[in-house]
Amino acid sequence: MDVSIEKRMQAETRRNKIHPKKLALWVAIVSLIMMFTALTSAYIVRRAAGNWLEFSIPSIFYVNTLVIVASSLTLHAAYRAFKREAEGAYKALLGMTFLLGTAFVILQYFGWLQMEADGVPLRINPSGDFVYAISSLHAVHVLGGLAALGVALAMAFARKLRRTPARQLRLELTLTYWHFVDVLWIYLIVFLSLQR
Amino acid sequence: MASAVLTAPATREDALIQELGYDDHFHEHHHGDKYQSNFIFHYIFSQDHKMIAKQFLITGMMWALIGAMMSLVFRMQLGFPEESIAWMKPFLGKWIAINSEGVGSLTQDFYYALVTMHGTILVFFVLTAGLSGTFSNLLIPLMIGARDMASPLLNMLSYWFFFISGSVMFASLFLSTGPFAGGWVAYPPLSALPQAMDGSGAGMTLWTVSLVLFVVSVLLGGINYITTVLNLRTKGMSMWRLPLPIWAFFITAIIGLLSFPVLTSAFFLMILDRSVGTSFYLSDIYIGGQALDHVGGSPILYQHLFWFLGHPEVYIIILPAMGIVSEVLSVHSRKPIFGYKAMVFSILAIAFLSFIVWAHHMFMSGVNPFISNFFVIFTLIIAVPSAVKVFNWIATLYGGNIRFNPASLFGIGFVSMFISGGLTGIWLGNSTLDIQLHDTYFVVAHFHIVMGVAAFFGMFAGVYHWFPKLYGRFMNETLGKLHFWGTLIGAYAVFWPMHYLGMAGVPRRYYSFDAFQAFGHFDNLNKFITIAAIITFGFQILFVINFFYSIWRGRKLTERNPYNANTLEWTTPVEVGHGNWPGKLPTVQRWAYDYGKDGREFISQVEPVGENESVAH
Repeated sequence: MDVSIEKRMQAETRRNKIHPKKLALWVAIVSLIMMFTALTSAYIVRRAAGNWLEFSIPSIFYVNTLVIVASSLTLHAAYRAFKREAEGAYKALLGMTFLLGTAFVILQYFGWLQMEADGVPLRINPSGDFVYAISSLHAVHVLGGLAALGVALAMAFARKLRRTPARQLRLELTLTYWHFVDVLWIYLIVFLSLQR
Repeated sequence: MASAVLTAPATREDALIQELGYDDHFHEHHHGDKYQSNFIFHYIFSQDHKMIAKQFLITGMMWALIGAMMSLVFRMQLGFPEESIAWMKPFLGKWIAINSEGVGSLTQDFYYALVTMHGTILVFFVLTAGLSGTFSNLLIPLMIGARDMASPLLNMLSYWFFFISGSVMFASLFLSTGPFAGGWVAYPPLSALPQAMDGSGAGMTLWTVSLVLFVVSVLLGGINYITTVLNLRTKGMSMWRLPLPIWAFFITAIIGLLSFPVLTSAFFLMILDRSVGTSFYLSDIYIGGQALDHVGGSPILYQHLFWFLGHPEVYIIILPAMGIVSEVLSVHSRKPIFGYKAMVFSILAIAFLSFIVWAHHMFMSGVNPFISNFFVIFTLIIAVPSAVKVFNWIATLYGGNIRFNPASLFGIGFVSMFISGGLTGIWLGNSTLDIQLHDTYFVVAHFHIVMGVAAFFGMFAGVYHWFPKLYGRFMNETLGKLHFWGTLIGAYAVFWPMHYLGMAGVPRRYYSFDAFQAFGHFDNLNKFITIAAIITFGFQILFVINFFYSIWRGRKLTERNPYNANTLEWTTPVEVGHGNWPGKLPTVQRWAYDYGKDGREFISQVEPVGENESVAH
């Protein structure tokens, strides 16, 4: 079973090593990285110019890092369950990932509330505004990932699990994107904690 | 569908494809049907790359006409400020103010709006979408031997995002407060404060929405171009056998993909400043004596982010034109392109350098002069790969058996324009000279010649050359030559005198020079420029007429390979169907530039290397 699927996946990509849609996703990820690089560079430039309010990152953001890392792990486990065609485990792990992802977005909102309570509301200083701007733009990308997960979840419950090249490709694309928003957040939280 | 394979080969190339080609069983599937099933999916929501190319081209042409007419209106103001333009009232309405003596003149607000829109439209809609969108879509699959783009759906979306983006911008022209008027670069505070001027309100909001949609279009297109070039090349088509236009489109897409997201970030912060009230770009501003509560921002930050896109953007515009010209000049001088690898490496060098020179637009913005030195040096280094390319084009032409048709003439014209405009770039790259030349007509002359007119010449060369592939007919050659000479002479007549204005310090973007005695003696020169611009515009109308006439009435294409060219697009049938090749995909046996080799005029890329052939690529 395993061997034939791999063969069929390769047939889909003809003689090329990587499926065109996967390559397209990687290229798109590069452009998203540029978007966040621009924002963090702007942060560094603006910070060097002075008039910069110093404050510490709300602790919820750190807790939330664990949440999104956990969601990445559960999604990876779901992917392995899919490959084994273990339907129950696949549905459960996919559902867990979706819940963790939703929890991440909600907790980010609480993080912003905590920032406000700590005396760094919007509009007080660019140092706080940058954190709001960068984390909310990241949250938008997580929402995009949640939409993809939602589709995967709906299909998991609507149809019997069968490992076909098309479905495996879709799941792999979702997986890559979700790992990307996860790693992106790790970069952002490390950046924001160090650039104080 | 098997019948297509069984028919007798039409040409030598066709026979080679049938014999050596690669069978991907494309026509055994029926996924092709959805492209051609009915009018709406064939002509409107088409997923076929050739149709999408035509959509980009014609939309781009419409925008070019709108943008050019705008420039004529503000040129009237600059050349003939005293002349009454009350006759424009029916078209421009309240933007023409009529005084008590019945003399109509352009309102100042609308003058700035026109200048802004002219820049935005030409840079983004015409020379990015119209040029790159058209030819990347048309040529990438055809030249690399692919059935279509990697994702035809994303490709279709790319066009429709462009269309919606254009529609939003078009709608902004009809706002009662007018479109955005703060210059195409949209520097804060004019762009970031809705109350800064009339166009900064709703006009700027629509401008931003339009450009964000445009970025989406560019990224969807670019992702597709990159994936297609890397992943869908036919057998034998190694990267070093790619025709030069494909290299140019590929690198252009990479530049766009790395730089446009940065513009999105810049706009994201701008939108927050405008609507949430943050202060990323704003600080210490007084309006009507009242201090605004925006404190702590930096308008220079926007300039850095903007030009990090803005400078690569000029190469996004010019690289496709360079690629097209390389191909056209080689085919029509019947010689291999001189220094193929040098051409590729110079594209790569230009692409790399384009990311580390952005601050040369900001020498006068108060950046540290020591930092300026860094940017001066890298800016001047760009002259090296550019000169390599110019040398290679001239060396390709040298001793060639040149066919002087509109395509090759525009190719040669491109080289001329690129030299003229490129040399003034070396002047402007020096931060010290910028003290005098910054924001003068010298800059206007420089960038119009080097990336405006030159890119248009590349586009014209491409349109005349590949028109038979697009529509199965030729454009009228006499009208084409007339168009070329009119445009060449006209464009130099418009932009050459601007160098003198600029050296004398005449500032760009000014509505009127009445208050400056020093510039009074340029009145006649300004009149001359305006008249030249009107005449040159007339020649472009000739092109548009020729284009649309030829779609239906042009001389019919009767053979597959009318130019005796080597590249794969000329091995497809005269009427190219969906999937491009009716039977097998061609396999590539050699590079694209075997012209005049071993006594043979041309050798198609599908022909295997002969036993006694001299060095093969």
